[in-house]
Amino acid sequence: MSTTLESTPKADVGRGMRFTNWAANYVDERTSASTAVKALGRKIFPDHWSFMLGEVALYSFIVILISGTFLTFYFDPSMSHVEYEGSYLPLKGIEMSVAYHTALDLSFDIRGGLLMRQVHHWAALLFVASIVLHMLRVFFTGAFRKPRELNWIVGFLLFVLAMAEGFTGYSLPDDLLSGNGLRIIDGMIKAFPVVGVWISYLFFGDEFPGMEVIPRLYVLHIMLLPAILIASLAIHMVLLVVNKHTQFAGPGRTNDNVVGSPVMPVFAAKAGGFFFLVFGVIMLIASLFTINPIWNYGPYDPSPVSAGTQPDWYIGFADGALRLVPPGWEFVLFGYTWSMNILVPTVVLIVFIAAIALYPFFEAWVTGDKREHHIADRPRNAPTRTAIGAVGVVFYAVLWAAASSDLIATHFKLTIEGVINTLQVLLIVGPILAFIITKRTCLALQRKDREIALHGYESGRIVRLPGGEYVEVHEQLDEYERWRLLDYNEYQPLTVRPNDEGRITVGTRLRAGMSRWFFEDRVLPIEAKELEDASKH
Amino acid sequence: MASSRSRRHSGRRHPLMGALLLVIGLFVTGGAYAAASTGIAHAQDAPVSQEALVEEGEKLFLSNCASCHGLNAEGTVAGPTLIGVGALSVDFQVGTGRMPMAASGPQAEVKPVQFTQPQIDAMAAWVATLAPGPGMPDPQYYAADGDVANGAELFRINCAMCHNVAGAGGALTEGKYAPHLRDLQPIHIYGAMVTGPQNMPVFSDMNLTPEEKNDVISYLKYLDENPSVGGFSLGSLGPVSEGLFIWLIGLGGLIAVAVWLTARSN
Amino acid sequence: MAKKPPASGIETSGHDEVMDPGTAVEHSSAPQNPGLAPEHQRVTDLDEKEAKGMERRIAGFFLLSIVGSVFAAVAYVVFPIIPGDMSSVRINNLMVGLGLSAALLGVGIGAVQWAKALMHGHELVEERHPTRGTEEARAAAVETFQQANKESGFTRRSLVRNTLFGALLAAPIPAVALFRDLAPADDPIARMKQTMWAEGVRLTRDPSGVPIKASEVTIGSAFHVVPDGWKDLEHHKLEEKAKAAVLLMRLPVDELNEDPAKSSWSYQGIVAYSKICTHVGCPVALYEQQTHHLLCPCHQSEFDVANHCEVIFGPAARPLPQLPITIDAEGYLVARSDFTEPVGPSFWEREL
Repeated sequence: MSTTLESTPKADVGRGMRFTNWAANYVDERTSASTAVKALGRKIFPDHWSFMLGEVALYSFIVILISGTFLTFYFDPSMSHVEYEGSYLPLKGIEMSVAYHTALDLSFDIRGGLLMRQVHHWAALLFVASIVLHMLRVFFTGAFRKPRELNWIVGFLLFVLAMAEGFTGYSLPDDLLSGNGLRIIDGMIKAFPVVGVWISYLFFGDEFPGMEVIPRLYVLHIMLLPAILIASLAIHMVLLVVNKHTQFAGPGRTNDNVVGSPVMPVFAAKAGGFFFLVFGVIMLIASLFTINPIWNYGPYDPSPVSAGTQPDWYIGFADGALRLVPPGWEFVLFGYTWSMNILVPTVVLIVFIAAIALYPFFEAWVTGDKREHHIADRPRNAPTRTAIGAVGVVFYAVLWAAASSDLIATHFKLTIEGVINTLQVLLIVGPILAFIITKRTCLALQRKDREIALHGYESGRIVRLPGGEYVEVHEQLDEYERWRLLDYNEYQPLTVRPNDEGRITVGTRLRAGMSRWFFEDRVLPIEAKELEDASKH
Repeated sequence: MASSRSRRHSGRRHPLMGALLLVIGLFVTGGAYAAASTGIAHAQDAPVSQEALVEEGEKLFLSNCASCHGLNAEGTVAGPTLIGVGALSVDFQVGTGRMPMAASGPQAEVKPVQFTQPQIDAMAAWVATLAPGPGMPDPQYYAADGDVANGAELFRINCAMCHNVAGAGGALTEGKYAPHLRDLQPIHIYGAMVTGPQNMPVFSDMNLTPEEKNDVISYLKYLDENPSVGGFSLGSLGPVSEGLFIWLIGLGGLIAVAVWLTARSN
Repeated sequence: MAKKPPASGIETSGHDEVMDPGTAVEHSSAPQNPGLAPEHQRVTDLDEKEAKGMERRIAGFFLLSIVGSVFAAVAYVVFPIIPGDMSSVRINNLMVGLGLSAALLGVGIGAVQWAKALMHGHELVEERHPTRGTEEARAAAVETFQQANKESGFTRRSLVRNTLFGALLAAPIPAVALFRDLAPADDPIARMKQTMWAEGVRLTRDPSGVPIKASEVTIGSAFHVVPDGWKDLEHHKLEEKAKAAVLLMRLPVDELNEDPAKSSWSYQGIVAYSKICTHVGCPVALYEQQTHHLLCPCHQSEFDVANHCEVIFGPAARPLPQLPITIDAEGYLVARSDFTEPVGPSFWEREL
């Protein structure tokens, strides 16, 4: 191509601009960068605060990478025994692993070491929390529908990897708290039929605790898992760019366009600024609030334990599941021990996680809708889906609360037995109640929206009519506001029809049943004629 | 509306007068009781001899403790026997405010101390005469000048499972709990270890030697004097408070930032 | 919008209609989209002075950031860590951290404010295209694969193809085998069934290793115990402790409800139980001297010492194993034998 950026008249261009032109040309002639700029530079991204949760996750991950790299320059995962020679008095002369010693050195003897440890750990907690909230947003707005089902699976993989990264990470200092966590994992692995003892033995490289597990977790934590995570993240972002982001219904927004700000300059400035804000908030928290005070726990030893032994919050639901099992769930069959008190919660959690991963395919099967969906649903406009989500949230929340049962007991002056028994009941009753209440609330909100769209909202002004009656004046919405309430999908329950051989299969019956459950109770969207009639009086 | 209000003001008593009188009455009776109690304390402020101390202690016991512990400290359905508990038990229980117990429940709670130290010494002296029991230790064993590292290790093995590694407290069965260990007096820490109050095990001098007890006390005092290096400790309760904090303050704060970021500028 | 099936005859997973709406209701008389709302004018769009003021404020944030960065670097030096002085560690952490926070937040707030208040504020529209490739692209893709198939003979040459699949499936098998030496060559199950305890091994205090006399164990006390010789182990110290840790308590004899077959396992009301929880292996260390309950802090399993440590609450399935004890000639407590069952969490081969 003959066009170069130096074709602008030299008199109009300052020194800085000339350099930029030269540099841009140099790079483009070697990389085709201009093609990328053309394709991506003015891509439109819609603006909504709930779309930024994924960004919180992405930026906190970058913070984790930066702070983690610093830590790797000082941390040594070896489990060889040494005597403490650092400056923290209560551990002087105590026997501990090199891993614990170097983690203490970072905390007490290296300037900025404690800060980087705290930044890293707070960022990790934020990373998983924002992933969960982001997943909930995607779920409740139906953004997992075609064409984004595969991206949901990639995102789900990222969720699992983030939890794995967190678990391997907080176990690295080899302190009492995380060491007891590893002990629990070991106990759970041992409970597995046939292969449990062998997997535990090979993983720990000996009987528990062995001398190998921390270095092995280290390799997982800084090399293998981040590599898979970064690759998955890249796929996740590429799919996001290819599919473009969803947007909420609104004036001028259709299923065939995206309305918002271009990457250059507005979105890049906001996104870039948000990165600094996320980093800054994490840094502020890390400067002011202690996290994981490993010096209090002491080195891992199988004999001591601390009251209030919990894993990091994102493993809480698994710990809580273990706590809610009633006593005595174990039997011996032909000499082999079946530890149902471990196996049942494990299977329940796997089924729960799998249900999350597979939900998009279930909903697609129920609706039979093969169109692409780029308008994000308001949660109230998909009442059954939102209610199912509430079931999942309540189920998870009860398990999560169970993990802190002893702290709930001391803080609210209850018995631990009472707390656990209550949560056992809530685990079953809670989700059922949540479904009913959520679905009914969504339908009621939809009816309210319908009222407002047709008749306007109550303005608070009371007017007395000549005949003596009092009425409240309703203000009509402007057409832009009203559109937001009008634009949603309606689905009808599937009518059961025989297939080509004249039979009605079990699959069809099941699908029709599910479809009825989903869509039988619904609020119809407003037709154009209804609007006209309403505006007349 | 306006007319009825002025009618109320002229001559008749203000409707709130009754409440005000009640409040004044409560203050007067309460104040009188407080004055009377301190009055008792002042009268007993400086006993002279050991016999006087013991006699003083018996009087205090009879008026404050006998209703639950029996007239001869032999115990009743409401409270256990104090025969053989020793002076150290009294110093611990009364000195931390646990006794007199306010209401029966899973355990005695720490509350404001009701007696002065001389009064506590008097009651302790009387209880000590009932039968041999743990006596007041040599002050060198609760001077908090011991080996902090040894104390920390002993604390982790013997104490942390109930009281938490940082002494933040923890749950026991059926509504009981192990209290937090911050800002306690060394003699009370020593007293608890020796006497094993309620469900706390007894750590006699054959289990933890007096020097080892001093080490443990030294560690707890070190924790008091050296607040957490990382900043505010969020109660030293570990991942639960950290998780709650990141969701409410961290994520909540960032959502607020996101709402601001995506809002229209005016 | 339903599309006609493509003329190329490509199989679209058995569905005739590519954009089948399924059970969705398509409304013919739905209200119309009113189009983009009119542009919103900001104060900075209308008033040049306001814009300049905003510029100054944004610049102020960027300046704050520079101050923060410099402060953080200076604080690193000016607030050093004095070994052993915990407040110096705290101050260094706080000052460097606050400087960095100002540096980061300054840039963030400034950049966002610039975008919100000064950058072009209008909403732009970009058209979407269906995600599936154009008909030409799809046809070309199919053509590419068909050509490659013809030139390689992949579908035709079944022997070559199937043996290739076989080879690829077999390739990872050595990887599985290569993991055996992750752990030593011993039998882990046999090792899980024995501990350091044996006949005559003294019970000693954890961590000092000092032996315990029966007379030292008073009613209501709890001793944390390791076997004699543990302290001097060169290797496998933690591995042995993870099986051999024991809790020693004394109850009044009349409150101890013993199994008659195991009455010789205690000594005058002194009992020893494995400290390793039978749930998933945490130390069951909380002893309540009046209720005789043992509570595990990890998942709240409760064991009743007065009733051979049977499970009274929580997810544990089995009572804690009891260590048979007696005293030796000098009055020190010793084990009569090793545990008679594997300690700790259950596993598949436990009863074999």
